[in-house]
Formats: sequence, C-alpha cells, structure tokens
Amino acid sequence: MIFWDVLTYAAWGLSAIMLMWMVVDAFMVSSQYDEEFLMSSREGEDEVMHGVELDGENK
Amino acid sequence: MATEKIGVGSGQRISMLKVLNPFHIWALGVGIVLVGEFMGWNFTVGKGGAYASLIACWVIGLLYTCVAMIDSEVTSTVAAAGGQYTQAKHIIGPLMAFNVGLYLVMAYTMLCAADALVVGDLMKSGAAVMGYADLDTRPFVVLTVAFLAWLNYRGVFMTLTINLVITFLAFMSLVVLFIAVNPLSQGDVLQHQGLLTDLPYGWIGVVAALQFGMWYYLGIEGTCQAAEEVRSAGRSIPLGTMGGIMTLLVAATITWFVATGLMPWQYLGQAVTPMYDAASLLGNTNLQLMLFMATAFAAIASANGCINDASRAWFSLGRDRYMPVFFGAIHPRYRTPYRSIMFLVPIAISFAFTGLLDQVITFSILSGLLGYTFMSFNMVKFRKMWPLESIHRGYIHPFHPLPAITLFVLCCATYFATFLGYGASLLSIMAFYIVASLWFVFRRYQYVKRADQFTMPWPRPKGY
Repeated sequence: MIFWDVLTYAAWGLSAIMLMWMVVDAFMVSSQYDEEFLMSSREGEDEVMHGVELDGENK
Repeated sequence: MATEKIGVGSGQRISMLKVLNPFHIWALGVGIVLVGEFMGWNFTVGKGGAYASLIACWVIGLLYTCVAMIDSEVTSTVAAAGGQYTQAKHIIGPLMAFNVGLYLVMAYTMLCAADALVVGDLMKSGAAVMGYADLDTRPFVVLTVAFLAWLNYRGVFMTLTINLVITFLAFMSLVVLFIAVNPLSQGDVLQHQGLLTDLPYGWIGVVAALQFGMWYYLGIEGTCQAAEEVRSAGRSIPLGTMGGIMTLLVAATITWFVATGLMPWQYLGQAVTPMYDAASLLGNTNLQLMLFMATAFAAIASANGCINDASRAWFSLGRDRYMPVFFGAIHPRYRTPYRSIMFLVPIAISFAFTGLLDQVITFSILSGLLGYTFMSFNMVKFRKMWPLESIHRGYIHPFHPLPAITLFVLCCATYFATFLGYGASLLSIMAFYIVASLWFVFRRYQYVKRADQFTMPWPRPKGY
C-alpha cells in the first residue's frame, strides 16, 4: 500500500530532520557561547530553604 | 576578526527555568507509569492467578507509597535536578550517588526504549487492521524517540504540558472503560464469580507476582528529577508526587477489576495488550479505538517523561564531574540540559533496536529496585543528620521510620521474586553495577572537584 510506504519514508525523514536540527543547534550554541558559561549552573536554591512562606508563591 | 563568545568573563551563571507547577509534576510521574496499566501488569496474573495480581497490586502499591512519601520529604528540601542521585550525594556519599545516578539513567533510558518499541508495535497492529501486514516498525520507533527528544530539547514547560494532556486522556480512558462495564451489576458484563479462581500456584505464585507488580507504579519516583525546574520544590514535588501515587492506586485497582472480570487468568496472564482486549470483548468499536489511542498516548507520555528524567540524571552526573563535565551544559535559550538529551538519543534507539523488550524491561525494573532499596537507608540517615527542627521541609512524612523499614522489607521480597523468574538477569545486573563502581572509584573520582558538588545552602549536619 502506497500510504504506508509513504508514511514509513515520512517517519524516517522527520526523524532525520529533528535529529539534525538538534545537532546543528548544539554546534551553533557551542560556537556562540563560552563553555564556562554554559556549564556554570549550580544546584538550585528554593525559597523553602530560607523559610520563606509558601502560601501564595505560585500564582 | 575574532569575535568574543557570549558569557566570557561575565561572572553570570546559567540555570534551568523554574516554570513547572504541581500538575506538571503529576504528569511527569503518572505519565511515566501509566503505560504499565495498559500492558505488563497482567504478567502478575500469569505468575500467580488473578488474586495474586491483586495482592501484588496493593503490596507493591504500599512499596511505592513509601517511595513517594520519602521522596516527597527529602526532595522538598533539595531543589536540584538529579532526584535520588542528589539525595544520595548529600546524605550518603559519592559512591552511592554515582550508583544511584547510573540506576536512574539506565532505568529511564531502557524504559524509553521499551515505550518506543510499544509505539512501533501499535503502528504495526494498526496497519495490519487496515490491511497492511508487514509494516516496518523501526522508523516509528526512531520517530518517537527523535520527536520526544526534540520536544525535551526545546523546553520543559511545553514537554510536560503535552504530557499532562495525553496522560490525563489515557487515565480517563480507564475510567470510561470502568463505567462501560457497569461495575455495580455483577454478572451483567463482568463475570468475577466465574472467572476468579483460587491461587493456582499457591503463595509462592503471589511472591513471584511481586516482580511484575512493579509495572503498576514503576517510575512515579521520577517526579523528583524536576525539582530544579519547579517554581517551589517544597510545595510542588509533594503535591504532584502524592497526587500521582493516589491516581495510580486508583488506576491500578480499576485496571485489575475490569480485566479480571472479562478474561480468564490463563489468557490474561500472557496477553500483550490486555486493556485493548478488554475493550474488544465489549464489542464496541468506539471503545476499542479509544483504548488503542490511550495505549499509544500512555506509551508516548512514558517515553517523554523518561527522556526528561534520564537527561536530568545524566546532566547532574556531568555537572558534578561524575561523568564528563561536557554534559553539565544548559542551553542558553531553552534552558534545558541539551547535551544530555542528545547523548541519550542514540542509546535509547540502540536498546530499542535490539528488540529484546523483556530484557530491557527487566534491567529497567531492577535498576529502579536498587534505587528504592537505597532510599530506605537514605531516609533514616537524613532524619538523623538533619532532624526535623534543623531544616525546613515542604512535607514531613508520617510514622517515621515505619515507611523506611516497610520499603526495605518489600524491596527484599521483590528481589526474591525477581530471583525466582530472572535470576541470571539479576546477577548480571549486579555484576554490571559492581564493575561500574570499581571504575568510578579507581578511575573517575580523581576528576571530581569535591567541594564544588555541595553547593546547597543546608545547615551543617548533626554530629559533623
């Protein structure tokens, strides 16, 4: 059936496009941004740690 | 002319976006698990009959309730990606943390592979129904992983909002099926009186069923991985996790009740898609179509949550240099751990292409079980090192240390059950983690900057 053959090729094609998009984007980010900056995150802080009232925080 | 890269010497730090709320956490936890209600749980029936499945459903439900309570308390104080890995790092030490991180990555990556295989098989079944028998499942397996990885790459909010929608629809399909079988009129549609038998293999069958009982809930602990991306970890993680386990207890019980009232245990114990079969038995095409779609939604939601969680665990390992620090990068625009997401794509696809669904799932289950076992020790130590008055918690679980002890005992029982059915797999997985631990101790740990991995503003632990 032509429909299923087309769908199969479309699935391969879409997969390739999305995977390539990620690879290209990752290279562009690496070329534009400093590595130290990209890897500068630290374990998160949260208001609960500092005893801030939780009520009404997430509006 | 050379142009300077953005961020050089700025002193600024990048971080993941805090945009999630308790509903996203619910969607992450329940989304990973719910596919187990559509397939897999029924192998408990094959191990010990319908009643053994119900016992496994509730006993393992107790195990996961303990997991959810412990996770909720500890993670409400640890607003960091990595979940149980981060807990282990702060409370027990680097070697345990490395192992737990590896359990998480392996469990979620393999589960993602299994989910993608399910999507491929569903496509093949759909094509067969429409008259095309030999559909190649591989492009749809790859498309599932690629699309979900792309979605995860581009931001956590949209990723988990989609999970919320499709998980809710999948859950509602179980409720609709439950209503459709007219549950209050026994004998009308449901035939429990005729179909429920004594335990065909005795109590050893009940113990053996515990292993597959994990299918009902495997993955709810994944809610902790989002701790760095919720607006308030102290509020959202407990609400989402406890809401999730309550949803799953209801879904698991509904699933068992409907399926065992429609199919004999001999058939149910080896069915591939029991809930779809249940809908087919009712002779309603709309219900059939709904369950087909719901099974696909559940598998996609599970794979989506698994990519999210595996990448956060791998990212955390990278950020602390337990793995190459390259993986600890955050995307400056989408604020996601993009390198970790990309790295796990070929691994998930490779596992999926082996086609060994049984082995992949067993590895995933055992990795999860190893993680739960550590949590019981972790919780006792957490309360000793940071008593209730020493650190502010968003949630305090009741009856401590009873849940930790219960969790440990039930984990031991499940190890025994696994040994009965998959002894060789259990031993080979243990060997894998022992070798990985030796590599970490003798090769990798020298690269870890020990002070850099503890940046949480916690008070000094009691006795130190």
